[in-house]
Amino acid sequence: MAIEVKIPTILRTYTAGEKAVSAEGKTLSALIDDLEANHSGIKERLIDNGDLRRFINVYINDEDVRFIGGLDAELKDGDQVVVLPAVAGGC
Amino acid sequence: MLTIDQATYDAIVAHAKRDHPDEACGIVAGPEGSDRPERFIEMINAAGSPTFYEFDSTDLLQLYKEMDANDEEPVIVYHSHTATEAYPSRTDIGLAMEPNAHYVLVSTRDCFTDGGNDDGPVEFRSFRIIDGNVTEEEISIVATLS
Repeated sequence: MAIEVKIPTILRTYTAGEKAVSAEGKTLSALIDDLEANHSGIKERLIDNGDLRRFINVYINDEDVRFIGGLDAELKDGDQVVVLPAVAGGC
Repeated sequence: MLTIDQATYDAIVAHAKRDHPDEACGIVAGPEGSDRPERFIEMINAAGSPTFYEFDSTDLLQLYKEMDANDEEPVIVYHSHTATEAYPSRTDIGLAMEPNAHYVLVSTRDCFTDGGNDDGPVEFRSFRIIDGNVTEEEISIVATLS
């Protein structure tokens, strides 16, 4: 079971510069644990206090995971996962 | 230093004025590694707020997929401050996630006069924001990118 995960520029320090890596998991939570096993430190950039960080967006097959179960969102072989930090700020 | 052409500069300022008093935001994309801001892309501020901006998450994905397909990256990430100076706020710094981008800030706080004119001065400044460190940079406005 392989799922392609696209990594944003800011997190490529954890993937030796790779724009996309392969990972496994039946849920987003499991996938992130698998990412962490191979790219130590990346989990902390995605998750805070057991939930997805507010300003990190994760998409499964173009769907924002916030609308499809968050960390419990289910994954299957061949799915495409994209990680994108929000572009946001405020005065 | 940020080198930007006059038309793109004008487009950013016009967007900031149009969305005032809400914050305006967008990106100028360019070929990866080129440092050339070529393609101006206005984004909708999903927060619709005078004190906060955020790209809509669906629009954000669409934009990055498009840039990926074109081998582009965000060369400029811009937004406006409508009541404060054109300097990155603590929130701006904490959320700056594009280490290669020029962060352009436009302030429209002085550009609207009582009569409803919008021809007062606009502040336009550019910064690098890397690991929480802000460095202001010079801006060179050219007729067209060479």
